[in-house]
Amino acid sequence: MAKGDPGAATRSKRAAPRTRRAAATGEPELVQLLTPEGERIESALGPDGTEYRVDFTDEEYRGLYRDLVLVRKLDAEATALQRQGELGLWASLLGQEAAQVGSGRALRTQDMAFPTYREHGVLYCRGIDPIMPLGLFRGVDQGGWDPNEFKFNMYTIVIGAQTLHATGYAMGVAMDGKTGGEDGEAVIAYFGDGATSQGDVNESFVWASVFNAPLVFFCQNNQYAISEPLERQTRVPLYRRAGGFGFPGVRVDGNDVLASYAVTRHALDNARNGQGPSLIEAYTYRMGAHTTSDDPTRYRIASEVEAWQAKDPIARMKAFLTKQKIADESFFTEVDEQARTESVHLRERVLAMPDPQPVTMFDHVYPNGSPELDEQRARFTQYMESFEGSAH
Amino acid sequence: MATETLTLGKALNTGLRRALENDPKVVIMGEDVGKLGGVFRITDGLQKDFGDQRVIDTPLAESGIIGTAVGLAIRGFRPVCEIQFDGFVYPAYDQIVSQVAKMHYRSQGKVRIPMVIRIPFGGGIGAVEHHSESPEAYFAHTAGLKVVSCANPQDAYVMIQQAIASDDPIVFLEPKRRYWEKGPVDLEAPIADAYPLHSARVARSGTDATVLAYGPMVRTALDAATAAAEDGRELEVIDLRTLSPLDLTAAYESVRRTGRCVVVHEAPGNLGLGSEIAARITEECFYSLESPVLRVTGFDTPYPAARVEEEYLPDLDRVLDAVDRTFGW
Repeated sequence: MAKGDPGAATRSKRAAPRTRRAAATGEPELVQLLTPEGERIESALGPDGTEYRVDFTDEEYRGLYRDLVLVRKLDAEATALQRQGELGLWASLLGQEAAQVGSGRALRTQDMAFPTYREHGVLYCRGIDPIMPLGLFRGVDQGGWDPNEFKFNMYTIVIGAQTLHATGYAMGVAMDGKTGGEDGEAVIAYFGDGATSQGDVNESFVWASVFNAPLVFFCQNNQYAISEPLERQTRVPLYRRAGGFGFPGVRVDGNDVLASYAVTRHALDNARNGQGPSLIEAYTYRMGAHTTSDDPTRYRIASEVEAWQAKDPIARMKAFLTKQKIADESFFTEVDEQARTESVHLRERVLAMPDPQPVTMFDHVYPNGSPELDEQRARFTQYMESFEGSAH
Repeated sequence: MATETLTLGKALNTGLRRALENDPKVVIMGEDVGKLGGVFRITDGLQKDFGDQRVIDTPLAESGIIGTAVGLAIRGFRPVCEIQFDGFVYPAYDQIVSQVAKMHYRSQGKVRIPMVIRIPFGGGIGAVEHHSESPEAYFAHTAGLKVVSCANPQDAYVMIQQAIASDDPIVFLEPKRRYWEKGPVDLEAPIADAYPLHSARVARSGTDATVLAYGPMVRTALDAATAAAEDGRELEVIDLRTLSPLDLTAAYESVRRTGRCVVVHEAPGNLGLGSEIAARITEECFYSLESPVLRVTGFDTPYPAARVEEEYLPDLDRVLDAVDRTFGW
């Protein structure tokens, strides 16, 4: 989906008509451009007076909807594959589609993303085949892709570790002189609310700040770190942490794809222009389990989930498209059909993934190899060959 | 041959300077490495000559140093990170073990982390706690990392450049108490022709027993060999240089001749490098051994207070005592 620059944001202390000022409503202090009922808000002010707006064409609105539906459907397919024993584990993004599609589509081609292990939606928006991370969850590899080819790093399982990688990469962008203009490069680091307690994340805040790195910290606050609620990680809204580190923070409605796009595009453009890092807290909810190994009924009540169900990112986009007559039923049916086709295709390819040959476990330990390892490999090969022709 | 006499510290400094000159992607980063030139002055003058984009004073957080260096490496830089003291590396342990070591493996060879992690290690300088430790086994135990240690100025000058030029992530252990020892350094011989980084080397030839050491203990082993020679016993001393992968080719050859082997290191004995080395030598040289392989190591205590470190650290007498025991078996 090619876009021009529909997410241009301007700083304005003066509220324009139909501009919603964050925090002025008694609601959580968040930037919102599309209400849960599907009403468009023309612009919204961030805590520092930045005015956020989007100006998409109808085609682009439909494109965002398509992304949301596709991403949810592929995610559901992966969950099903795990339930059927075809994946060892799956970390579902259910409920977080808008935060991921909004931020993912806000990235420009030259921008670099550092994901956790749940950014399947961002990956999709980078134009990457959704099969790519499934090898990791099936257990046939450990990622295995080239971050520089896809401008999308490998999934990081250790919580928060990737934020430092993103910071170093962003420092490198600045050292390469690739900031300071429209064509500058920006970097985005994804992490969750639990990760904000990690030392690495706090260190990355310090580093990014003092080196003025072209970096956007994108925190999907999905309210839970496995079972632990947000209150176990913080006493202040997470976006306000940024102030203590010396850069701007903003909380956005993470179930609003338009607002997620607007704040991320603005933050990325600031970064690429040399204005340094910022923190986005995408306020959302993990509708499903932490992973397929988790049972959220043990630590949260159904009414809470239902309340968030009413804020569903796809339902509000569909309501908006319908009300504004941007899309009709035939469009929605066509999108659903595409999602079904792609998920079937994904399933077929997962089932066809071959197990790796055991001896490949010795591959790629070192770029320059190791004589010790060569010897182990040779012995292992010989040992395996000793079974050839036997009944075992 | 332009040979100069340099301290080990100055040899490292000169090697780092060469690396910065030869490759614009090399960056040095760490605490106090810039203006101050490092607490041991190993990076002295480098920021002045190469600028603060090449020699970077970082915030004071070791995980941050290594973690951001990973990102710089993905971007195409070749970071040389200084950890100020051995006992301060542990906050970075996760980044080193889970990220630096595994990135190439996980990516099936698509991501290289050509990082050097310099750590002044070992005791003998009368320091307060956390300043005298020998953490090499933690890193040598981790697949994906290589670990080396230099023992003399010539090796310091060459090995640091080889480590920086290598695409493998390398933990580079510097024998801090030998920083001030002087020796000849050939500054003109091309690094490409130098003795290979991951190879052990015979430091002194002998016929009666084999002593294996690395880093600060090579000097101790050589002193022990000198003393033994006065008693008519010729010790062969091998400087292991590379701790992961180990290169025991020369050691096997030596032990098959001498029939006796003593391994020396400062780190505690329990599950230290000496344990692995003893096991391998026993496997490879079983029929040549006249006695078990013995280890002379630090004790299985935390590194003790400085006033008793001389008793903790292996010294000439303890090495000779072990050699004597191999003859009394």
